[in-house]
Formats: sequence, C-alpha cells, structure tokens
Amino acid sequence: MPKIIVEVMPKEVLLDPAGKSVNNALHRSGHNDITAVRIGKRIELHFDRPVTDADLAEAQKIGENFLSNAVIEDVVSVTVQN
Amino acid sequence: MTFKIGVVTFPGTLDDRDAQRAVRLAGGEAVALWHADENLHKVDAVVLPGGFSYGDYLRCGAIAAQAPVMDSIIKAANGGLPVLGICNGFQVLVESHLLPGGLIRNENQHFICRDQTLVVENIDTPWTNQFTQNQEIVIPLKNGEGGYIATEETLKRLEGEGLIAFRYKDVNPNGSMHDIAGLRNERGNVVGLMPHPEHAVEAGFGPDMPGTMRSGVDGLKFFTSVLNSLVNA
Repeated sequence: MPKIIVEVMPKEVLLDPAGKSVNNALHRSGHNDITAVRIGKRIELHFDRPVTDADLAEAQKIGENFLSNAVIEDVVSVTVQN
Repeated sequence: MTFKIGVVTFPGTLDDRDAQRAVRLAGGEAVALWHADENLHKVDAVVLPGGFSYGDYLRCGAIAAQAPVMDSIIKAANGGLPVLGICNGFQVLVESHLLPGGLIRNENQHFICRDQTLVVENIDTPWTNQFTQNQEIVIPLKNGEGGYIATEETLKRLEGEGLIAFRYKDVNPNGSMHDIAGLRNERGNVVGLMPHPEHAVEAGFGPDMPGTMRSGVDGLKFFTSVLNSLVNA
C-alpha cells in the first residue's frame, strides 16, 4: 500500500518525560551504555494510488501545521513508500 | 437582560456541565454548543471547558482545534467575542493559535490535583474585571499536561505587553515557564488558563479556605466578570 510516513520528535531542548522513564527502566535492567531515550511519533498517511510529489509537499505542510506543534516538536522526516 | 454564554462540548469533554452551572450561578444563561455544529446560536461569549477532547490524541487540544465549531469561534474571537479556555480549553486555544506557546507534560510526570493559589496579574479583560490587580485567588488545578512553554522571544513579548493573566503562587505545579498559569491575547477578549474556575463557584463545593472547608468561590468572578463586561459593552 502506498503511504507517506511522517516522523515527529519532541524538540531536543525539551524534557521528554516518557523517554526519561524508559531510559530509567533500561538502566534498571542493566543497559547502562544507553545514555538517553527520546520518544516521538510515526504517522502513516495511506493512499489507494501511487503517491505523487504534490502529495508529498502537502504531507510536509500537514506535518508542520497539524501533526506537529512547532513550539514543542520538529518534523524530522517525511518519506514515501510506494 | 440575560446574556447567553456558550459552553462547547467536544467528544471527551468533562467539565461542560460544571461550566454551564457556573454560568447560571453567575446569573447568565448557559447555551450548550456542539463540536460538530458551526452555529454559535448568537451567544455573547464562549467557554471552552476542560477534559480530554478527542482522547487527547495527537496532542492535547490539537484535534478539537480543527472541529467545525472552532472555525466559528476563531472567527468570532478575532472579531472580539469573549472566549475563556479552561485546562483542555486552554490547550485548544493554543492549538488554534488564538494564544501563543504550547503545553507539555508536567515536569514531574505526575497528574496534579490540588487547590492552587494564583495571582491575577491582568484585570483588563472581560473574564477578570471583577478581580483587583494582583489579587490572590484559590481554585482547583487538575492536569497532566499543564507545563506552559514558549520561545524566549514569545516569553519576552508576553512579559513586556502584560499578557500573562495568571501566575502560580508559592508552588509551580507543572514546570510552567515564568510560572505562567494563564494568558490573555492582545485584545484581551481571549483568556486561557490551566486551573479550573468553574469548580470554585458555590460554597460547600469549592476549595478549602482557611478555617472553612470547601468554601472557596473565587472562580465565580470569572463568570460575573464576563456578564459585567457584556452589560457595559
């Protein structure tokens, strides 16, 4: 199935409480080489036809305006899987 | 003349009935507004109540900001309609770009529920005109994602233009930058805050006050303020 994959991450400078909790749990189970965990979102936009460049440009806009909030998050990638 | 205050219900809204009750106790007529209906039914002001609209999917308030009723509210707010966003309603205002910044998970990662002291720092709005400048009030706070953040530039503007309407006193419960509990827009008609005035409107059901249990009614003044502003409009 053709799809566009949008990945959103909390901004680097922000505390990511969920990532911090997971990191703490990993340390408790002995994974001490892992220094930090950050958790973001992967959002798939599905199509029943091949994805075009126009779709990709639109997905970039949707990513920046709706799927992420620029104050707290960054869109780190928008990719196509046809 | 009785003024009509609309209270919006989104799927997942929790405090709409409490907000309607607060409107009635203040002397107004509460009008239920529905997320899927863009008709504001000629209300004189709007309250966006607390809860978990659309399950807080994507981000708190993000999906609600796209609801049909919000198209009308954003337009009306830009035209001067008084709008109050409480808790999730504040998040909806931020996601609708009616107020700047964002709200993230509480710094200590806990859901916080407590009677919170605030300082009212701006009384030049339809929602705060019955307070005195720098009045300390106590109303309940209950949120998991109430940490206010904004860019340095935005914070500087908020401080410089006096747009911080409420600040946390004694305890900053959620890690909000500059102890920000609530904001107003430039025009003053749009106000948002994380704590819940609608839960402090009737003696016997409000926060504990010194010497008297559950007697706090500081929240009622938000609603009498807006009715007062409509009388004088």
